[in-house]
Amino acid sequence: MSLPFAIIAVLTIAAAVAAMTLRNLVHCALALALTFAGLASIYLQLGAQFVGFAQILVYVGAVAILIVFAIMLTRSSEPTEQPVFSASWLWGLLVAVIVFGTLAWTIVKSTASQREPVQVAEATVKQIGDALMTGFVLPLEVIALLLTAALIGAVIIAMRDEVETKKSK
Amino acid sequence: MTPLSAYLLLSAMLFAIGLAGALTRRNAILVLIGIELMLNAANLNFIAFWRFGEHPEALTGILFVIFSIGVAAAEAAVGLALIIAIYRHYKTTNLDQVDSMKG
Repeated sequence: MSLPFAIIAVLTIAAAVAAMTLRNLVHCALALALTFAGLASIYLQLGAQFVGFAQILVYVGAVAILIVFAIMLTRSSEPTEQPVFSASWLWGLLVAVIVFGTLAWTIVKSTASQREPVQVAEATVKQIGDALMTGFVLPLEVIALLLTAALIGAVIIAMRDEVETKKSK
Repeated sequence: MTPLSAYLLLSAMLFAIGLAGALTRRNAILVLIGIELMLNAANLNFIAFWRFGEHPEALTGILFVIFSIGVAAAEAAVGLALIIAIYRHYKTTNLDQVDSMKG
């Protein structure tokens, strides 16, 4: 295991644990952005430049900011007296530990997990663009339609209550 | 060079952390963050298998992750809109208090 990977992995896991355990939700969102940045650097290390930069643009840039906005709009950052974990937290933790144990056992036992990469793989933006415009043009269009529908739907869901209260007045 | 198992173990760890958070936190936004973490762990698996696979020039793993990021962005937008709608209705995002559909 190389040293850069170990550093990034430890940082990513620590940020993920912080995102799931901290009390203040704004701190959780910032730790989540750090997790996404760590994953992006692992993508870059694996030779997937385009995905790494798309990860930074979409997750660190858009999703993390969207979550911060949702936290502010719902006033979740204000301190509460209640515990942050639900009453059945022990069962949830147990399920997660069992899932990790099963996955880790399978990975360690598998013969495929020790293999080395066959050659230096490079996915240039030109290759990805060619693939998107030839073999994968139908999924690309479906994603475009899905994003349009999801954004319109999100706006309608978020504004619905306001319209109803105006009508009732 | 880092072996494939290291990336897979990191991905499994992130998935377990996300699952634990989604199952144990009270706040709906934190549950959504846990789901995002699990999606990202799956994406890391795709990239790792693409890099260590027999035919990296096919770009299948890369393209699947690009589409997956698109779907996850749509999911995050709709999920946060739903949480804001729930907050307007119940005046809380605590999932233990949003229980009017409980039998």
